[in-house]
Amino acid sequence: MSHYSVWSVLREGLRGQTGWDRAWRDPEPKPEYDVVIIGGGGHGLATAYYLAKNHGITNVAVVEKGWLGGGNTGRNTTIVRSNYALPVSTQFYEHSVQLWENLSHDLNYNVMFSQRGQLGLFHTPAARDGAAKRVNTMNACGIEASLLNRDQVIRMVPHLDYSENARFPIIGAVLQKRAGTARHDAVAWGFARGADQRGVDILQQTEVTGILREGGKAVGVETSRGTIRAKKVGVAVAGSTGHVMAMAGIERLPIESHKLQAFVSEPLKPLLDFVIGYGAPGAHFYISQSDKGGMVFGGDLDFYNSYAQRGNLPIVQDVAECAMAIMPCLGRVKLLRHWAGIMDMSMDGTHIMSKTPVDKLYMNAGWCYGGFKATPASGWHFADLIANDRPDELTAAFSLDRFERGYAIDEKGMGPTPKLH
Amino acid sequence: MIRITCPFCGERDHSEFSYGGDATVAYPALDAPVEDWNAAVYERRNPRGPHKEYWHHLNGCRSWLVVERDTLTHEVGKVEFAHPGLRESVEGGA
Ligand SMILES: Cc1cc2nc3c(=O)[nH]c(=O)nc-3n(C[C@H](O)[C@H](O)[C@H](O)COP(=O)(O)OP(=O)(O)OC[C@H]3O[C@@H](n4cnc5c(N)ncnc54)[C@H](O)[C@@H]3O)c2cc1C
Ligand SMILES: [Zn+2]
Repeated sequence: MSHYSVWSVLREGLRGQTGWDRAWRDPEPKPEYDVVIIGGGGHGLATAYYLAKNHGITNVAVVEKGWLGGGNTGRNTTIVRSNYALPVSTQFYEHSVQLWENLSHDLNYNVMFSQRGQLGLFHTPAARDGAAKRVNTMNACGIEASLLNRDQVIRMVPHLDYSENARFPIIGAVLQKRAGTARHDAVAWGFARGADQRGVDILQQTEVTGILREGGKAVGVETSRGTIRAKKVGVAVAGSTGHVMAMAGIERLPIESHKLQAFVSEPLKPLLDFVIGYGAPGAHFYISQSDKGGMVFGGDLDFYNSYAQRGNLPIVQDVAECAMAIMPCLGRVKLLRHWAGIMDMSMDGTHIMSKTPVDKLYMNAGWCYGGFKATPASGWHFADLIANDRPDELTAAFSLDRFERGYAIDEKGMGPTPKLH
Repeated sequence: MIRITCPFCGERDHSEFSYGGDATVAYPALDAPVEDWNAAVYERRNPRGPHKEYWHHLNGCRSWLVVERDTLTHEVGKVEFAHPGLRESVEGGA
């Protein structure tokens, strides 16, 4: 498989783009693998990549029912940051940001990671206290972040609503300079290509319909293309986690599936060179501008359990109101598309990366609003968990049994109501 | 837009309601073992398909309802008052 470089681009330019080969193979399933990963989203593909790269485990299949990046990987608003309020979370996401920083080189695939900086606005003195605590936690964990006052925010993004009668008066922001966005499809494709180059089989259009078990141990999967045996099975299916885990007899989990919508406007000239987000009672909104010029934004969930990948109109209105409350200049901009993805909302708002009650079956789920930014670290640590059959230091806290033990990781202090995280 | 037929108010847009989650969860006795409480507080079946769930008619009559809804198609089936006494007095009383 060819290495991408400026030379290969020049060479192909000269010979009419005829020499490119497939970025990954389309193999027939083998009867048995060392590891089968269910789900060919970013997390599943990254897991396969790091199993091969970090652990030398290359007899691996990624089984995907649709096409690569057809799930949340290709549906999200691509915000990458590590400014979380609890040390375990901010450290985990910081590892992810560090991997993002070198990902295009590591994969030899341009994931267009753009560290344009993210501003989390706040609107009340109480929210400023919360923001200050967050900045202090991050700094204590060795992660750069700063607290900005209103004037500093005005200088950086002059066209937000700073007027007297603003619905959400902006009194300051948390700035993480190393945060930003990335090209979502490219992340799936880059990991797929990297995994494939190291020998991983990527099986698209292959739906897992059952998880084989013998003596309390996972030994493979039943698929729409036949039985595939495996020494270990990893599940990374985001919103479908409940459905797939039930195939292994695990009928109840601390997860609910909800849908989240995203929106993109018609392309505009450069308007916004930061990622902006804010949350206040009754409002939740985040926005950035894509390289093509579209304003990419989103807000809250549709707020009821759903496996339908389509959104509902009341939230369209809600998100439009949030947009107007902060960036009134968007009022005349036309919406180009909107869509929804199924999100695995956990009971404490934090992901679960864990062994399960079934031996040799591992789960990676519960990513809520934030799993895209986690993609590289999720793959890195999930591969480590599968390879070594034990969680490493950074992921032990994210175990499935943390709820029963009383160690929920509730970033927002919302309690066990998935839709509120 | 999902529409829910409230037994008291009639058919209304779901935006009049607030979602209350899985209606099959039963809370155990106060002195039940921690596993039972863990199951009630944290564990959900989260089915892809028929789901029994609470909706609160917040911007209407404010009753809590139990709604049968399919989580894949959003089709709404049976709707009844969550409070059994209310169910009897409104539905059976007339
Ligand atoms: C609208 C929206 C906006 C978001 N915005 C952000 C953001 O700005 N920043 C951020 O960090 N995160 C964001 N997220 C969250 C993030 O997208 C997800 O947490 C993340 O993509 C989940 O990773 P994944 O790769 O595992 O998921 P997916 O890409 O959904 O992958 C799971 C795959 O499993 C497959 N699958 C399911 N069932 C089966 C089966 N039975 N057999 C085989 N395959 C199966 C699916 O087809 C799918 O491809 C957003 C999510 C949504 C929906
Ligand atoms: Zn009513």
